Amino acid sequence: MSGGRAPAMVRIRGVRKSYGSQEALRGVDLDVHQGEVVCLIGPSGSGKSTLLRCINHLDTIDAGSILVDGELVGYRRRGDTLIELSAAEAARRRAAIGMVFQQFHLFPHMTVLRNIIEAPVGVSRQPVDRATARARELLDRVGLKDKERSYPAELSGGQQQRVAIARALAMGPKLMLFDEPTSALDPELVGEVLSVMRDLARDGMTMLVVTHEMAFARDAASTVVFMDHGEIVESGEPDEVFVAPRHARTRAFLSRVLG
Amino acid sequence: MSSPTASTEESARDEDVLRVVVRRRPYLWVVYVILVVILVAAGYSAATNQRFGWGVVATYFLSSAILKGLLTTIELTVVSMLLGIVLGVLLAMMAVSRSRVLSRIAQVYVWFFRGTPLLVQLLFWFNLAALYPRLGLGIPGRAPLFSVGANEIISPFVAAILALSLHEAAYMAEIVRSGVIGVDRGQRQAALALGMRPARVMRRIVLPQAMRTIIPPTGNQTISMLKTSSLVSVIALSDLLYTAQSIYGINYQVIPLLVVASIWYLIVVSVLSVGQGFLERRYGRGSG
Repeated sequence: MSGGRAPAMVRIRGVRKSYGSQEALRGVDLDVHQGEVVCLIGPSGSGKSTLLRCINHLDTIDAGSILVDGELVGYRRRGDTLIELSAAEAARRRAAIGMVFQQFHLFPHMTVLRNIIEAPVGVSRQPVDRATARARELLDRVGLKDKERSYPAELSGGQQQRVAIARALAMGPKLMLFDEPTSALDPELVGEVLSVMRDLARDGMTMLVVTHEMAFARDAASTVVFMDHGEIVESGEPDEVFVAPRHARTRAFLSRVLG
Repeated sequence: MSSPTASTEESARDEDVLRVVVRRRPYLWVVYVILVVILVAAGYSAATNQRFGWGVVATYFLSSAILKGLLTTIELTVVSMLLGIVLGVLLAMMAVSRSRVLSRIAQVYVWFFRGTPLLVQLLFWFNLAALYPRLGLGIPGRAPLFSVGANEIISPFVAAILALSLHEAAYMAEIVRSGVIGVDRGQRQAALALGMRPARVMRRIVLPQAMRTIIPPTGNQTISMLKTSSLVSVIALSDLLYTAQSIYGINYQVIPLLVVASIWYLIVVSVLSVGQGFLERRYGRGSG
């Protein structure tokens, strides 16, 4: 893929995860290189969101390994075993990975500006004025310069999601995870969020996007990954996967969602 | 086309646009009259019944003994509530923690202190010396590092604070716990994803949002505590009620002194209610 021989930004090997008797991930291998935009598509319940949540250790894995920029996120290695890190250590490594959620999850008791500077000031110990200046730049970038004093409840869904993206970017992440970022939005608001994400991709951000927006996957992704029943069925460039899918399961899924 | 339509609307206006009269509720007036009669009768009786002893009420209302008792009552309420809230938050954190042992311990605490009457707990603490004549720290079988007589430490005031705050903590734990579990799980996840540590997530993200559901019942608890603290009169602690009782024990003016105490309780409760409303508005921010 586009990264050539450079080490992968995300390196996933043999990841397994079960909830009780339900197997959510059944041995997933995936590489995401610096600057790549990987779109994860597939039916709901196929394990896409679980995989995303395992990457920044919001969920634990049962087996396998996930390296982000060469480092294990929630674990340290001793021989052939992974030992879960303390909450403080996991938090430190998580800070370099931005995450955007389907339901935005802005902090409702804080203004837009406070939402964005909360982690830079509280976690990275940046001075307030520097964090504020950076937050204003980011708000400008997502087209919400005049909303810094608003509370989340005063914004539309699309505006809230753009603030959530700015909030994640404020930590200067080397990787951005998007978990169905437009699925909770009214149709007319989807475009504004996707356009912010396209800009981000163009600027070289490494992105892993779980999405049902096939048009976005097709024109913004460098790689499309199709998952079903907790495993990766196939992956490739958008044109390969969308135009000439190799597997019957991929064809069946695409014919359902593309009508 | 447009002019005939317009003229139709013109003529329709007079017939179809009607005056609206709000439903009349004549029976309400009957209720009003009954209530006014009751109020006037009560007022007349209070004013004319000599046994209310309004003169005595006026004499004692601002007397130094009563004011000192009032101060003790307020002290008891404030200190017990503060300790109860701190311990209650700790217990709630234990209850929602991932450790089964901690959450079980919190449950047992709540079960124990909610399950026995406050009056019994109060008497227990007051009589602690009967159970443990000396309090100290040490290893069984060896001489204690230090020890003191229980009666020297457990004054009536300390017994009252212990009983009221430990009992209150059980209720506050439940209030805080339900506030915390009422906050959307996604809030915690979003904060963790930003690299915040669990303690910070709780302090900056979860608790401030839980405040909206925690404050109204906490206000009720404070108001309730002010009145419940009058139980301490059974261990001869000179709060507002016990002071009133001491005075009427001497001059036999039972009713006037109970009126004095009641008026003071009402005044403090009213002030607390105003404060509660202020806090509720403050923590309602961003919920528009």
